[in-house]
This record gives sequence, structure tokens and C-alpha cells, in this order.
Amino acid sequence: MIRLNTAALTKAMPQLLSLMLILFLNYLAFPGFFEIRLQDGRLFGSLIDVLNRGAPVIILAIGMTAVIASRGVDLSVGAVMAVSGALAATMTVAGYPLPVVIVAALGTGLACGLWNGILVAYFDLQPIVATLILMVAGRGIAQLITEGSIVTFTEPGLIFFGTGSFAGIPMPILIAVSLLVVAIAVVRRTAIGLLIESIGINRSASSYAGLNSKLLLLVIYGFCGFCASLAGIIIAADIRGADANNAGLWLELDAILAVVVGGTSLFGGRFSILMSALGAVIIQAMNTGILLSGFPPEYNLILKALVIIVILLAQSFSSLGGWAFLKGEFRSKGGKRQ
Amino acid sequence: MISMKRILLASTVAMLCAGAAHAADLTVGFSQIGSESGWRAAETSVSKIEAKKRGVDLKIADAQQKQENQIKAIRGFIAQGVDAIFIAPVVATGWDTVLAEAKEAKIPVILLDRTIETANDGLYLTAVTSDTVHEGKVAGEWLVKAVAGKDCKVVELQGTVGSSPAINRKKGFEDGIASATNIKITRSQTGDFTRSKGKEVMEGFLKAENGGKNICALYAHNDDMAVGAIQAIKEAGLKPGKDILVVSVDAVPDIFKAMSEGEANATVELTPNMAGPAFDALKAFKDSGKAPPKWIQTESKLYTQADDPKKVYEEKKGLGY
Repeated sequence: MIRLNTAALTKAMPQLLSLMLILFLNYLAFPGFFEIRLQDGRLFGSLIDVLNRGAPVIILAIGMTAVIASRGVDLSVGAVMAVSGALAATMTVAGYPLPVVIVAALGTGLACGLWNGILVAYFDLQPIVATLILMVAGRGIAQLITEGSIVTFTEPGLIFFGTGSFAGIPMPILIAVSLLVVAIAVVRRTAIGLLIESIGINRSASSYAGLNSKLLLLVIYGFCGFCASLAGIIIAADIRGADANNAGLWLELDAILAVVVGGTSLFGGRFSILMSALGAVIIQAMNTGILLSGFPPEYNLILKALVIIVILLAQSFSSLGGWAFLKGEFRSKGGKRQ
Repeated sequence: MISMKRILLASTVAMLCAGAAHAADLTVGFSQIGSESGWRAAETSVSKIEAKKRGVDLKIADAQQKQENQIKAIRGFIAQGVDAIFIAPVVATGWDTVLAEAKEAKIPVILLDRTIETANDGLYLTAVTSDTVHEGKVAGEWLVKAVAGKDCKVVELQGTVGSSPAINRKKGFEDGIASATNIKITRSQTGDFTRSKGKEVMEGFLKAENGGKNICALYAHNDDMAVGAIQAIKEAGLKPGKDILVVSVDAVPDIFKAMSEGEANATVELTPNMAGPAFDALKAFKDSGKAPPKWIQTESKLYTQADDPKKVYEEKKGLGY
């Protein structure tokens, strides 16, 4: 995974090409796209925006990849973001110290994830239904916490998670990359990645083979909830307030899309966290490009849909061995003509 | 969620029963949409304050964003024989039957904040709403005065695409600046009425317009987007309120905070006090029997840094925005 070989690179070709194409189109729409400068000791530029704005979805996609690889899905991540953001903001306003706030917010996300995990693993609810419960209820819980208003805070420690920087790199990017490295190391340097794939392909067979699939599912959903709460803290810190109605709204769909664009099948099994993160970057590069292009906003969703269709078609074409097929047909046609 | 709704419903019913026993000059039932936004919460609390001022017994039923709940609440009010019914309709259509029932019971109905589509406008006494086109116009006219003839490139943060406040506030602003050829809208994108999207879109505007140096003013369709955008402007190393003028609509508390810190310049109020004018119209109708006009327009008041934003912030803070 970390050592890139040519086979992996060929597999990643459709995504890499799409990303390069989108970046090139962004450059055409806005020639200053690749310019990066320092502003108040912080990197500043459109490329940085892509990564910085993409960070929450990258983080969600990391957790979502594990869930989808286990043949599940987690619809509640957007709502969990709202809950943890709301909790972090209200506790900060109430005067709790930063470490307590962070631990409580992350702990709540973990608990939400474990709740999903229990429903899926121990009560055998279908993941889409099990997580739908929290998707609906979570936003209500967040509204209860904030009492329906936007809770704003000025605590510099919490704000640092959203707009701070280290060595010029914005915190959201640093957090997302660190989580990415750790997650990849854990799933690929240990057997966990393999075990997740095995329950994704055939859960009962994995159980018969002696794998504690229930516990593993619990851990996977817990991790996904943890990722969601991390993303929730970042977006609350970014706007210095918790907006229970809108925080993380529809981001579960972006996260699922990132995983799919990254090439992990919704039917579970083989997965790549790095490719999901790449998928998230592709989606954000497209969003940022649309904002820079100056098109009227009525076109936003249409443009997005078009690009997604093209990427998914290219991917399905390539995974079916489309290029080889084209070449083969061309040759055989040439043969018949003689 | 479900149990929460039950509790709310139960408490509403309990409130209604308790209210019936209480004697007052005037009893008004108010079918509120729910608590979709801070503004809505403020509208509810201001309605209570206005009712108390006038000694009106106000019974509020929270519809949780559902029309069927509103219809149920209205039928409940009719059964109790209230003196008037206020409705903040969640959707525009489908009110004819229940309003006819109210008319039959001779209970006047006043619409708050939103209007309805009906073939028979005799079904309601009057509608108290804000003119969202006018709000945009007030913001535009303020900008014309503020730049005083200088060339000015404006970036616009629109509300949710296709929503009526977004369409109207855009149109109103364009009307407001139509006479000033020195003011041009160079970029316009949707920020979905939210802080985080407002910030993200503003980041894009700043990059695309030479790091923000080409932008003279920002017009946001609501204060929340403006608050997000102000942060983006600061992070780009510019001074909001000075390098880039900021004008928006709604007048929520946080924009007054920004104004007191010199980071926002003006906001146009969408007043949460819809019930006040409605009570006044109702009283006049009860006393003299003269029907008020079909539409009562609330004031779209302009607030600038000169209006002691700190004081307004303190006043508005407790209203539940």
C-alpha cells in the first residue's frame, strides 16, 4: 500500500487522471489556481483551499471506507458531526477546559458509532436502516444541545483546530493526513485490513473460520463515529460556532461518494483508504473549481453530477478491462477484413 | 426523536388545557411552524413578549415543520373557541378547508411571516409579512450611499438556489443599485444561507479576485453567510468592514457583534416581531369592525455601525436567535 507498485498505479489511473483533468480545468477557469503564498504564517491559495475544505470529507471517508468494506454503510456521520460540534461548542461556552471538551466530543462520536455497531453486529439490523435511526435522531439531539440556536465561541484553543496552522500547514489538513497515515498503517501493517475484507465478502464464512466478526464490526462502526466527531470538531472550529441545523448536512453522501469514486465497492470486500481520500480530494477540487469558475449557482449541481458520471463510467470501463477490450476488438476487426 | 415529539405534543396539549382555564381579554391561538432556525425561535419568543404586553392569552402550538400538525392545531383552536388564530404557514397550499372551518366559526385568521395561495382571500383577515424584495433594495441603497460615486465591485452570497428570499433579495439589491453605474456585481454564488458555505464561497471569491483586492463590497442574503465570509476575509489578510464593506440581511445578534468590532457595516432587519402588528390589527378589527388591508408590511429597518450595535446585540441576545 505504502510502496507504490505499477499495478496499484494502473488501478488508480482513472482517479488520478480525473483529478489531473479537474485541476487542469480549474487552471483554465482561473489561471492563479496553482499559486500558493504565505499569509500570516499560513499557506494560502486555491490548492490549499481544496485540501483544507476537503479535510472533513477525507476524515469521514477514512471511517466510511472501513464500514463500506465490511459491506455496510453509515448514514449517520453527518448527524454525528453536528452532535459532536454542538457538544464541543456548548461545553466550551460553559467554560470546560479544552482537553475535556475534545475528549467529550470525540467520546460522544465514538459512542454514536458503537451504538450503530451494536445495532448492526448484535441485533443484525441492516446497516442502512440501523444508521438511518441516528441520522434522523442525531440532528435532533444536536438541536437539543444547542437549543436551536448557533452557539458561538471565542476560545482560541478550540478555534485552532479549524483555522490554526503548524509549519504553515492548516490544522484540518494536518489532522486528516495524520489520521490517513495511522489508519493505513493499522489496516495494512496488521491483519485488520484483511479481516475487514473477509467479513465484507462473506460474514458467516469469516465467523465459521473463527473470526469474531461481531466485535470487529463494533470496532469498525465505532471508528467511523470517531472520525465523524473529529470532522465535526473541525467544522465547528472553522466557523467558531456550532450550527446544529446545517453542520455536516448531506456530508454522509459526499463521504460515500468519495469511497465509491475511490474504487471501493458498495458490496464490500477489497478497499483502499488512500484511494477514498483521493476521491474526497477529487470531489472538493470540483467544488472549489465551480466556485472559482464564476458560473451561476444554478449550474453547480448539474456540473457536479456530470463530472461524477464521467469519473464513474471511466472507472467501471477500466475495471472491466475496457482498454484491453478495445485494443483486442480493434485487432480482430482488422483480422476479419483480410 | 419520536419520543421527543411525543413529549412536545403532550406538553403542547397540557399548555392548551392550562391556557383555557386562564381568563384574559383576548385569547389567540398561534400555530408556529417549528424551530427550523434561530430567527424562528426569536419570532416565537417575541410573540410571547408582545402578547404579554397587551394582556393577550397566547397559546402557541409547535407544528414540527408539518402541515398536518398545523391543521390539527387550528382545529383544536376552533374547538376551544379562541378569539383569533395566527398561522405561520409551513407551505403555501392546502389551507382552504381548515380556514373555511375557522370562518364558519367566525374566528379571524391572521397569517404571519409567510402567505398562502388560495382562490378566496376572504378566508383570512390579513397577512403580516416582510417584503424580501424591499430588504434587498434597502441594502443596495445603503451601498450606493456608502461608496458615494466611487467604482465598486460587489460579490454576492446568495441564499439557497430557488428559495424565494434568495430570488427576492437578489432582485431587490439589483434594483437598489440600478441607478448607480459605478457599482457592479462581479461574482454571485450560493452559500446556502449557512456560515460554513458562506466562508468557503468567500474564500473562492477572494482567490478569484486578486486575493480580494478587486472586491470593494460583499452583499450576503443573510447574516450567517456574512459572518462566515468575514472570517474568510480576515484569513486572507484583509480587513472586513474597511477593505471590503459588508452588508447583509436579517439582523441576527452575531452580526451586531461583528458591527461593534467594525467588521461588518450594515444589516437590514427581518423583524421577528410579526405578532405585534398582528395584535394591533386584530384589536382595531375587534373594536371598530373595520377590516385591515390584506397585507401589512413590516418595517425593513437598516442598522449601521452608527446605531450602537453593542446595545442591539445585548437586546437581541436573549431572544433565542
